[in-house]
Amino acid sequence: MSAAGSVLVVGASAAGLATAEALRRGGHAGPVTVLGAERHLPYDRPPLSKKVLAGEWEPDRVRLRQDSALAALDAEFVLGDAAVGFDAATRTARTASGRELSADAVVLATGVRPRTLPGADGLDGVHVLRTLEDSVALRADLAAASRLVVVGEGVLGAEIAATARTMGLDVTMVGPQPAPMAGLLGPLVSGRLAALHSGRGVDLRLGTGVDGVTGEHRVTGVRLDTGEVLPAEVVVVAIGAVPETGWLAGSGLELDDGVVCDSRCRAAPGVYAVGDVARWWDERLGAQVRLENRTHATEQAGVVAANVLGADRAYSPIPYFWTDQHDVKIQVHGTLPPDAEVSVVDGDLDGGRFVARYRHDGRTTGVLGWNMAKQTRIRRQEIIDDSPAPAAQR
Amino acid sequence: MKVTVDEDKCCGAGTCVMVAPDVFDQREDDGVVVLLDVQPTADLHESVREAANMCPAAAIALDEQS
Ligand SMILES: Cc1cc2nc3c(=O)[nH]c(=O)nc-3n(C[C@H](O)[C@H](O)[C@H](O)COP(=O)(O)OP(=O)(O)OC[C@H]3O[C@@H](n4cnc5c(N)ncnc54)[C@H](O)[C@@H]3O)c2cc1C
Ligand code: SF4
Repeated sequence: MSAAGSVLVVGASAAGLATAEALRRGGHAGPVTVLGAERHLPYDRPPLSKKVLAGEWEPDRVRLRQDSALAALDAEFVLGDAAVGFDAATRTARTASGRELSADAVVLATGVRPRTLPGADGLDGVHVLRTLEDSVALRADLAAASRLVVVGEGVLGAEIAATARTMGLDVTMVGPQPAPMAGLLGPLVSGRLAALHSGRGVDLRLGTGVDGVTGEHRVTGVRLDTGEVLPAEVVVVAIGAVPETGWLAGSGLELDDGVVCDSRCRAAPGVYAVGDVARWWDERLGAQVRLENRTHATEQAGVVAANVLGADRAYSPIPYFWTDQHDVKIQVHGTLPPDAEVSVVDGDLDGGRFVARYRHDGRTTGVLGWNMAKQTRIRRQEIIDDSPAPAAQR
Repeated sequence: MKVTVDEDKCCGAGTCVMVAPDVFDQREDDGVVVLLDVQPTADLHESVREAANMCPAAAIALDEQS
């Protein structure tokens, strides 16, 4: 596309905003429209389960850019109007209010939405956490309650459990894995995490599935597969998320747990996907990948914007995410295969600060830091040094 | 160009250090960003803009006027 064509970005959050910004930095002079279902200007989600939920930050502090920066961007934000249909051949999106928006290039950035628990929808006291409204509503409910059950032992569930403890609630975490984030971090580190949570008073009821919730209008408890019911005044369901692609049904795009893209993050001629919703072919890994993390949204946006403007760049990141739980900050660079060999290379496990290196098939694939951010970032280089040569493009 | 950082927002990603090592560093103990150069010289502006843009926590602000 020439630098003067029009671009429509669908999704007005981290990835959508970063795409618009990268287009301008790349010299794009044509019109940019950013369409968003939420009524808010782009804001950041990581603080929603941490600072905002804890009440440390006023909700408006999560805004990603101030007015002056947005004005300089010279993009048209169409907010509070969800796209409900799309035609890839004509690159036209239809919105809930009846607008039709077409452009020379379209970037899909609609993210993911939380998975819910069957039968729990519509019951007072049951929450998910994805949006600013979700965070504010959960905070209000927690402030009036004393007993929280978190369904889900992944990163989001673990963060919410930690934050709720600082608010003084009795917190129980349930889920099928043996320890928080076990599938992601492996037994060594997730065991540490379990000890951390228990030590701070989170009651871990892990290794059991959840059957459903109890209650008529308001939730009263969480029923485990064992039949046991854990009493709850508030329940948070944090059992993962699904790509927001319902509006793309019948669009002509391939959808398979995300918008399927080539190594250039292109789903069809002139149509790209970015952020949590995108599943692209990673040439270095020789596999399709979809990531849900904050740095990925920005990094992929840089590549997508360049490709929109005519570059031919493959996207193959070293994934990175962080999480804050109690007084521990965990940083993860690269990938941590479940059967990796894990060894502590800086600090020590018992000292409360360490870097763990994950090796698989004779290569370092990832490093994890526990209260050791800087050293972890330095060790990231080992992943790059050990990276295989890119596989053939698909 | 004048650079400011919001330590409270920083998540310790270190992206800024990778992009502009002359301007940013990280504290040893908690990984929070350290601003080495409040008014970087013109040859560094491009990389500082890149760092501000890549920061996953929007913790770096630039005043291009001063
Ligand atoms: C509570 C929470 C805490 C997190 N903490 C961390 C963390 O500590 N570290 C980390 O690395 N990552 C974290 N993440 C993940 C990170 O926030 C996401 O990876 C990031 O927001 C992805 O950006 P995105 O723009 O792709 O998607 P999203 O941020 O989900 O944005 C998608 C946007 O598109 C809009 N949209 C959806 N459908 C439509 C439609 N049909 N039409 C128009 N607009 C639509 C949505 O309303 C939304 O605003 C966290 C996420 C959450 C929810
Ligand atoms: S990139 Fe941002 S979050 Fe990361 S260390 Fe630098 S200032 Fe902090």
